[in-house]
Amino acid sequence: MVGQESGTTTARSIDATRDWLERNLHSTSIIETERFSFFYGKEQALRDVSLGIPLDGVTAIMGPSGCGKSTLLRAFNRMNELYPNTRAEGTIRFLGQDLLKADAVAVRRHIGMVFQRPNPFPKSIFDNVAYGPRVHGLRNRAQIAELVEESLRRAALWDEVKDHLKKSALSLSGGQQQRLCIARALAVRPTVLLMDEPCSALDPKATDRIETTTRELAQELTVVIVTHNLQQAGRISDHVAVLLADGVLAEFGSTKTVFANPSNDQVADYLCGRFG
Amino acid sequence: MIANVTTEGQRRRRIVQRIAFALLALSTAFGFLALGVILYSMIANGASALSWEFLTTFPRKMMTEGGIYPALVGSFYLTVGAVLLSLPLAVASAIWLSEYSRGGLWVRMIRVGVNSLAGVPSIVFGLLGLAFFVKVLGFGVSLLSGALTLALLILPILIRAGEEALQAVPMNFREGALALGATKWHAVRTVVLPSAIPGILTGVILGISRAIGETAPIMFTAAAFYMSRLPETLSDKVMALPYHIFVMATESPNYYKTRNLQFGAALVLLGMVLLMNLGAVTWRARVRRRKQW
Repeated sequence: MVGQESGTTTARSIDATRDWLERNLHSTSIIETERFSFFYGKEQALRDVSLGIPLDGVTAIMGPSGCGKSTLLRAFNRMNELYPNTRAEGTIRFLGQDLLKADAVAVRRHIGMVFQRPNPFPKSIFDNVAYGPRVHGLRNRAQIAELVEESLRRAALWDEVKDHLKKSALSLSGGQQQRLCIARALAVRPTVLLMDEPCSALDPKATDRIETTTRELAQELTVVIVTHNLQQAGRISDHVAVLLADGVLAEFGSTKTVFANPSNDQVADYLCGRFG
Repeated sequence: MIANVTTEGQRRRRIVQRIAFALLALSTAFGFLALGVILYSMIANGASALSWEFLTTFPRKMMTEGGIYPALVGSFYLTVGAVLLSLPLAVASAIWLSEYSRGGLWVRMIRVGVNSLAGVPSIVFGLLGLAFFVKVLGFGVSLLSGALTLALLILPILIRAGEEALQAVPMNFREGALALGATKWHAVRTVVLPSAIPGILTGVILGISRAIGETAPIMFTAAAFYMSRLPETLSDKVMALPYHIFVMATESPNYYKTRNLQFGAALVLLGMVLLMNLGAVTWRARVRRRKQW
């Protein structure tokens, strides 16, 4: 993969990636899809989606239930293929390389993911965050500990858990568990962080903390978030993609423009809450 | 008029319900009663035989006196051996069936095969053990042949328990691990399998209970009528509690003299099952506390 030099402990900075993209691809998009379609068996979930996820900022993927927004997000780290009978058409490029032909395990190391429901492993808080680095072969205890602290700080959880890192991750509250999952994803130093409705199982206060954390993280890496909460998309995203029924991309642009001035009537209806 | 019809109907339904409840309670009581009768007759006839000496000495005078020590030890070896041989194979099979196989006719056939294996009469396992382990592989009538035969017998139980335990691990644990760039095998080894250990231990408990009480599979493969010493190697014959009881009850010329010894041995067998299960249950409870999700 490109960006292979961003090993477990030395991340390529977002500035370096920006330079690299401009120099080599004359582009500002870290992920680009071209006429991407996806099928579950005979059912088509996405139709000819072409878009570029900008390197900088938070990109929100929105749309009514069943429009394929999660499928699109999960295509970026090849999670869809865990289900049997799926098929993809078209291309997705990550840093210019064909993501669909790459090794899925390598892809997931560069493109991390936070799920809809917090899914910490039944292990200690420390072991949860250390899981990724250990998977990738980091054995040095001091380095692991350092990475765990750094990741927990970036996920704004360090102060709450620093005194009981050995406690089970399952003893944490839902919001804390989700921030732990963010820390766990950050510990492999991904270039892109995918978030699949990360707040849908959380209360407003916990949601607020995740949103703040997400904004901060967007300074250091690319964030793509699926949400069907219009206010949330408005609060945290810089760019927004709106998918409509049948998996068609109806609108893609800066959040301000799309919200103020949707070019498509159906999108306008959706944004006014008339359906979805 | 209408009111009358309703009450009549209600009354009838109430009676039907009472009869149904009574039948259900009676069925439960029957099962409980059977257990009670068995336990009572075992204790009434066998308790007098129980003593420290009974547990720790060899049988004497054509088994009409003395203890059951070698049979006790032999049963323990056979059961532990069977579980140790069966468990790795069963866990590996369960992992393949649950995590790697992609369904289809082939896998369905394997599942049917495993399930049918669980229904095969134990004497068939005994004959298979005799033909294959004792004769073909030349292990002779030995602890090894007996443990292998019992291992085959409990294999389907362990595979099924293992597969169910793995299936019960939430899908999002697997997704979480894979999304961090773990390979499937790494995810199974570090997240899925540890979470499934309590369920696998349930299989072990069932396997122990099954293996320890079986007579037919060891009759031709491992069991000795009488041994004057404990088994020292895997190729030694062993005495075993169920077979010892069988021998005392049917083969001994003085079977009427050993009545209380037979019941005593049966009681000890029961106690041993309870004790080994208790061990596995305690272990499972400890693992569960750590792995609860």
